[in-house]
Amino acid sequence: MTAPLTRPRLHLSGDSLVLVEFEARMAPEVNARVVAVAQAIAEAAVPGVRDVVPGFASVGVHVDPLRFDASALEQVVAHAWDVAAVAGAPARVVDIPVCYGGEHGPDLEAVAASAGCSPGAVVQRHTAPVYRVYMLGFLPGFAYLGSVDPSISVPRRPAPRARVRAGSVGIAGLQTGVYPCDSPGGWQLIGRTPWRMFDATRQQPAVLRAGDAVRFVSLPHDQWHACVSVPSS
Amino acid sequence: MSSAAGITVVRPGLLTTVQDLGRWGSQALGVPVSGAMDSMAHRLANALVGNAPTAATLEVTLIGPELRADRALVVAVAGAAFVLGVDGRAAPHHTAFALAPGATLRFGERRAGSRAYLAVAGGIDTPPVLGSRATHLLSGMGGLDGRALVRGDVLPLGPAPTHVGPHRAPPASPPPAAGLVRSLRVMLGPQDTWFSPHAIETLLHEVYRVSTQSNRMGFQLEGPLVAATRADGLLSEPVPFGALQVPAGGSPILLMADRQTAGGYPKIATVIAADLPLAGQLGPGDVVRFAACTRTEARAALIARERELLRLMPEESGA
Repeated sequence: MTAPLTRPRLHLSGDSLVLVEFEARMAPEVNARVVAVAQAIAEAAVPGVRDVVPGFASVGVHVDPLRFDASALEQVVAHAWDVAAVAGAPARVVDIPVCYGGEHGPDLEAVAASAGCSPGAVVQRHTAPVYRVYMLGFLPGFAYLGSVDPSISVPRRPAPRARVRAGSVGIAGLQTGVYPCDSPGGWQLIGRTPWRMFDATRQQPAVLRAGDAVRFVSLPHDQWHACVSVPSS
Repeated sequence: MSSAAGITVVRPGLLTTVQDLGRWGSQALGVPVSGAMDSMAHRLANALVGNAPTAATLEVTLIGPELRADRALVVAVAGAAFVLGVDGRAAPHHTAFALAPGATLRFGERRAGSRAYLAVAGGIDTPPVLGSRATHLLSGMGGLDGRALVRGDVLPLGPAPTHVGPHRAPPASPPPAAGLVRSLRVMLGPQDTWFSPHAIETLLHEVYRVSTQSNRMGFQLEGPLVAATRADGLLSEPVPFGALQVPAGGSPILLMADRQTAGGYPKIATVIAADLPLAGQLGPGDVVRFAACTRTEARAALIARERELLRLMPEESGA
């Protein structure tokens, strides 16, 4: 059992966003409450709520200030908090295929040099953990995953790349993630998945959602084309 | 419902995009809200042609487009005051008017404000993406192929509402002319305690200029620095339209319609909903000051703004 968590506080960010704030730390047990409370708010149909967004340690509740019922939200949060203490839904596990190194992972050698190990050992340490999806943000379908094996933790590149290709898998500090579309980016790139992590036309546009468990699976480079389609969940 | 081609882009202007009230409900997937920078002008333009407020309009930025009607249309322009011309004759602002097939609507000199909204009876009918037609430029989502309009684009239109009269709005206070100091009301926080009392005094008593490094995601503000006193990072958290986030250098950034769903910079204050349309009319070089207000004052201001919008709207669409 983990230490008891303190109950969340409701905090305003202007008149159109209510932040339900939990303990400000990146920890699976805190984020599990975030995900449970966010889901409860989304399902509760609180008057005036326009969008519910999980963060690392907070839930953002976007509201129409003239229709929003603050006391209804407080009740939902309090109830969800109590239920989440006993429920704890089992996480979905998603295995993401990744071609490491070479053209797909231009920074793999540099990460290995920084870690003082071989590129193969970086791949082994990156594929070993079961990561948690803490939240999505930055770009549609971009999931913040933690935590990376500290021995292969590297800072962002000093200057971001102007264009990172969709599917690129990067490391920044103790976080790792997959770029869902071509974009500028500063994370160190060690591999690339053939999957499209976000497609607005799919039934489930994003492959990942907050609370999921993720493993990376090393894919031989000649298997790229065999793995381009995302399995339906 | 089939949509018919209705508008051809002769000249696109500086940045003309399809917008609506935003892509709400998908931020948990990291999908930005986007939508009109000045939602009040967007709603007014729609009301003038008999559209629902959710119908998509064209957001026109700083330098306007030239558009050809491919069939008979009823249109209205609200927000930034441009000199409007139809085949060389003057056309009115804040008033619905008809375009004959083949007529060309030209946005000329801009007199005040930065963004105008062109509504067409029936609405711009590009395919909705996740429930919205709003264009998000960075992710290439929504609108016309996720991008700004270019010459030769043809915009599909929805079926026009049956009762469209020549609606004229009562005179509205125009967006302030360039050079005046605009005042935006803010509620402090959510990380105001990360800043020194001096930094908060500075924010509330100095003026800031909107930099040329500004776009639909956010306005970089030039003025006295207000760096946070805490050095530990903020865990990335959801952010609203109007948040004033402060990166390590101390120059505030006002988050606008295309903002990311979450951010890790501390936010010293947040512009209230009632003043977001005014913020949406700011352009490079415009000067703003910030005034603190309470939640109660923010609510009263929003009610007053909605009353003003009702006053401007034609009666049958005022509900």
